[in-house]
Amino acid sequence: MSKELEPLADPGLPEHIHRKADIDPIAAKRAERQVAILFSLSAVGTLLFIYSFFFIKVDQFIFLPILGNTNAHQLGIGLGMAAGLFFIGIGAVHWAKTLMPDQEVIAQRHEFKSEPEDRDAFVKAAKDGAEAAGLGRRPLIKRTLIGAAALAGLPGVLMLRDTGPLPGKELEKTNWKSGTRLVTDPGDRPIKASDLEVGAVAQVLPELLPGQKRTLEDIGKDAVLLIRLRPAEFQLDEERLSWTHEGIIAFSKICSHMGCAVALYEQTTKHLLCPCHQSTFDVTRAAKVIFGPAARPLPQLAITVDGEGNLIAKQPFTEAVGPSFWERSS
Amino acid sequence: MKFISKYRRHKGALPILIMLALTGLGFTFSAATAAPASNTMSASAKSTLVEEGQTIFLKGCSSCHGLNAEGGAIAPSLIGVGAASVDFQVGTGRMPMQDMSQQAMRKKPVYNDEQVAALAAYVASLAPGPASLTNEQITWERDGNTADGGELFRNNCAMCHNFAGQGGALTQGKYAPTLMGVEPKHIYEAMITGPQSMPVFSDKIITPEEKLSIIKWIKAAESEPNLGGASLGRVGPVTEGLLIWVFGLGLLIGIAVWLTAKAR
Repeated sequence: MSKELEPLADPGLPEHIHRKADIDPIAAKRAERQVAILFSLSAVGTLLFIYSFFFIKVDQFIFLPILGNTNAHQLGIGLGMAAGLFFIGIGAVHWAKTLMPDQEVIAQRHEFKSEPEDRDAFVKAAKDGAEAAGLGRRPLIKRTLIGAAALAGLPGVLMLRDTGPLPGKELEKTNWKSGTRLVTDPGDRPIKASDLEVGAVAQVLPELLPGQKRTLEDIGKDAVLLIRLRPAEFQLDEERLSWTHEGIIAFSKICSHMGCAVALYEQTTKHLLCPCHQSTFDVTRAAKVIFGPAARPLPQLAITVDGEGNLIAKQPFTEAVGPSFWERSS
Repeated sequence: MKFISKYRRHKGALPILIMLALTGLGFTFSAATAAPASNTMSASAKSTLVEEGQTIFLKGCSSCHGLNAEGGAIAPSLIGVGAASVDFQVGTGRMPMQDMSQQAMRKKPVYNDEQVAALAAYVASLAPGPASLTNEQITWERDGNTADGGELFRNNCAMCHNFAGQGGALTQGKYAPTLMGVEPKHIYEAMITGPQSMPVFSDKIITPEEKLSIIKWIKAAESEPNLGGASLGRVGPVTEGLLIWVFGLGLLIGIAVWLTAKAR
């Protein structure tokens, strides 16, 4: 141990510099006035709020530069409330900074532990209480209490069951079956191939059977986009080409990334764009992902026509529609 | 002349000469490009609508769309697009294009109503296509239903044109334009012709009555006052977030700096 190593001397508090308001009564008076003005502004704000609330009509509009036509009622309420709160705060801070004492004060901490007498008294009181209650002498009460308390925790655990049941195979299934007619959404009208010209799109859903109702969950899985191109524009393999009908191709509208409705169809580029994360799918190549975070193409629905010429599904979707999930098989 | 030779070596002479030359060039150019419009007016007096349209077409459109409207490397064929397409594209000022950017934008129309009608008649004479419409034919106020229109709009239009019809971005600089302030007939024509990136909405998929409902909803959205305060462009959380991040946080940072500053 070297003797030169001395602990640093306590530098103490920095020298206290007085503020203008501490030494100059005129400055103090000015600061006082400023605080009073700030508080008064707050009062004016609150009065503006009350006035706007009662006396400016809800459909009264005024023209403001930059903002354009603005609702005067909302503007008065908003500005009034903002000023009412803002200037109280600003005034209080200004008051504290200019006029309240600014000497640094050392507050000594005391020990958190209680005095020994108090601690002993508490232990004695607890023991006396237990003795008086007679828990040791009445084991029946003790056991039933433990049992009841343990059971009382169970409902909390049981309620977790409401997060289930597990979907099972539900996520893989849609209402598209072999022969289901495609109907417009909204309108529920069947569609003939001739109803769509080249470049046309249609938002479609599976036709409802009599007595069947459509839930939001159904629409969330069944929504399909129908697009008609020139057949020569397709670059599909034999199987996928057989899933189209005279240039009409059908894709699930549910994005394979996060499940948004992919329906921004650019007729010129034949690209389908998802509005949420800009995943871009090439319609001519079976909705191949050409940009963005989607990992899989949109599932294609095989379509054909029935005897009356209405478009129908040839078969159900061959894979689960929508975003990935743990149990997804493909 | 003495005056010119006196100042010809002045250091300001060259810039002034360049300015004069450029101005002269500009006036010559604008005079040259303005000429076709005045010529077609005189032609309209002595020829039928189709011939007049062809004259306008040859002068104003054929350099890109081809002498017989057969299309070219930079412009599509106009055979079979119909009068509705011409009325929409030229009537909203999208055609003729200002420059070869990603997308033709709505601007002040170059041709007047008669010239648009003549062009439409010429293009319609090439091959049948959807007929152009007048605002009187679009009886949206009488036959439309705002609630139905809203549902149809949310299902078919909102993904590109925004839930309040304010327009939105597509890929690579293309965009779906705002629908505010668009004439009813142009909205209708756009739905049946599918201009530029927009797909076609056939009459069997969205019936004519449903199209009127959509127009009625758009007009309702247009006249809807912003009762909730500043609309910030009605494009949703993006502008709202930007505003609060820039101005709200800026204000908070300013206050934090002021709070910790030592009073003097």
